[in-house]
Amino acid sequence: MIEFEYLLFLFLGTVLVNNFVLIQFLGICPFLGVSSYVETAFNMGLATTFVMTMTAFIVYLVNTFILEAFNLVFLQYMAFIIVIASLVQLVEMVIRYVSPVLYKALGIYLPLITTNCAIMGMALMIPLEGYNFIESIVFGFAAGVGFTLAIVLIAGLREKLQFEDVPESLQGVPITLIMAGIMGLAFMGFAGMITV
Amino acid sequence: MDSIFIYSVASMGLIAAILAVGLGIASRRLEVETDPRVDEVTDVLPGANCGACGYAGCDGFAEAVVEGKTPVSGCPVGGEDVSEAIADILDLEAGSTEEEVARLLCQGGDKETVSIAHYEGVKSCNAASNISILEKECSYGCIGFGDCEAVCPFDAIEMNENGLPVVDEDACTACNNCVEECPHDLFVLAPLSGKNHIRCFSHDEGKFVRGACDVGCIACRQCVKVCPVDAIEMEDNLAVLDYDTCINCGLCAEKCPMNTIDFYGERVIEIEITEECIGCTRCARECPVDAISGEAKEQHEIDQDICVKCGLCYEVCPAEGAIVKETEDKSQT
Repeated sequence: MIEFEYLLFLFLGTVLVNNFVLIQFLGICPFLGVSSYVETAFNMGLATTFVMTMTAFIVYLVNTFILEAFNLVFLQYMAFIIVIASLVQLVEMVIRYVSPVLYKALGIYLPLITTNCAIMGMALMIPLEGYNFIESIVFGFAAGVGFTLAIVLIAGLREKLQFEDVPESLQGVPITLIMAGIMGLAFMGFAGMITV
Repeated sequence: MDSIFIYSVASMGLIAAILAVGLGIASRRLEVETDPRVDEVTDVLPGANCGACGYAGCDGFAEAVVEGKTPVSGCPVGGEDVSEAIADILDLEAGSTEEEVARLLCQGGDKETVSIAHYEGVKSCNAASNISILEKECSYGCIGFGDCEAVCPFDAIEMNENGLPVVDEDACTACNNCVEECPHDLFVLAPLSGKNHIRCFSHDEGKFVRGACDVGCIACRQCVKVCPVDAIEMEDNLAVLDYDTCINCGLCAEKCPMNTIDFYGERVIEIEITEECIGCTRCARECPVDAISGEAKEQHEIDQDICVKCGLCYEVCPAEGAIVKETEDKSQT
């Protein structure tokens, strides 16, 4: 039971308190790029969550049973990069097979998940924080959920913003950055609530 | 030391091999049936993903072409070669596209224009254009900080010593970036075959232009009068050339008192009708100055005193060799 409670706190802590986008400023590129419509933003979030969970799963295994077992921790970056790149390829194939419409909507941002720093950051944090197998998966999943939450929230705001009279010089990216900043401030309110 | 080396190579190789096999299997299982023609079309496209066609990248254009939503000639960068290649793939007739390049509508550089102020702000045309008074007295001309040079993705624009951008015809792909960037709208996309350009965009009155610039259009209307095909029109104190109508005869450039019109095509020096003439009378009908006379089905003749040597008769003549001309290449001078 204590274990379950700990995992729940880990989950909430990663989603809210240490939100990858709004607190740790990771994955800003898709956060600004694919957040025009709630639907595509949500699908992008799902794809990223899937990649993150799978990455956490594989990264833990690779790190524990190959890198640490053979004293090859210095190869972390290289190993994680090829794991992430292959997973993104896989996700791309799956999405293209299941939903060509979604594949088109995500466009260039789908292969760009490869270079999404949120995923690399998450992968590097697992050995750093010393999570065990279950914790790693929960952490990866929570990181994805946090990313989805942030991107869907800002997409909702941006959809509403289309009907508003934004000053010309602030239209587009500038106003989005301002909103992102204010959201970041709001999320700072969670700081210190959960310390895992 | 050695063991670490071996372990590194072996472990990374192992991980990569497992992932590669996994991806290989997945790509077989999850293969999507795509129209093979789309891939073929994508292969012949330039692949610059510049978006000049209006679609998101070359893939988007390829799909639209295959679905018939856009003509095969929709790629302005690839020009005729690409549209023919696409047409081959789709078994269609290539609608011939005239290749276009960006042309500058100003030749008032630092030497030709009168300077009335000194600008010390950010070296950017778009920034400088927000100020009501510019360095040059002419408020329509080139500002000269080279925003076009900076925005050109193909390095086709270079600022010369005179402070004017020079377009490299071979490198320019008519992507429209400079046309959109220039705050004074001094760039137009014009056919590559056009050898005659009215390089001025000033709508000021002739008197003012004469004082402000050595090579500006003073709206004297001489070019409008001399043009044999009515390709030039006066619009608000400015002569504007219609590239579709222009036959590149160079008459207007010769007449222009300000040298605003830049001609570097082939100027006709001598032109006459030979015995090959079939007497179709087309040249006589087309001649703007009625210099050609002759009965139907008989050899026609050009009255050299009246002829302005525009070369229009040569263009319309259906019989090969019936009209011969001697030309002078003006591109060198």
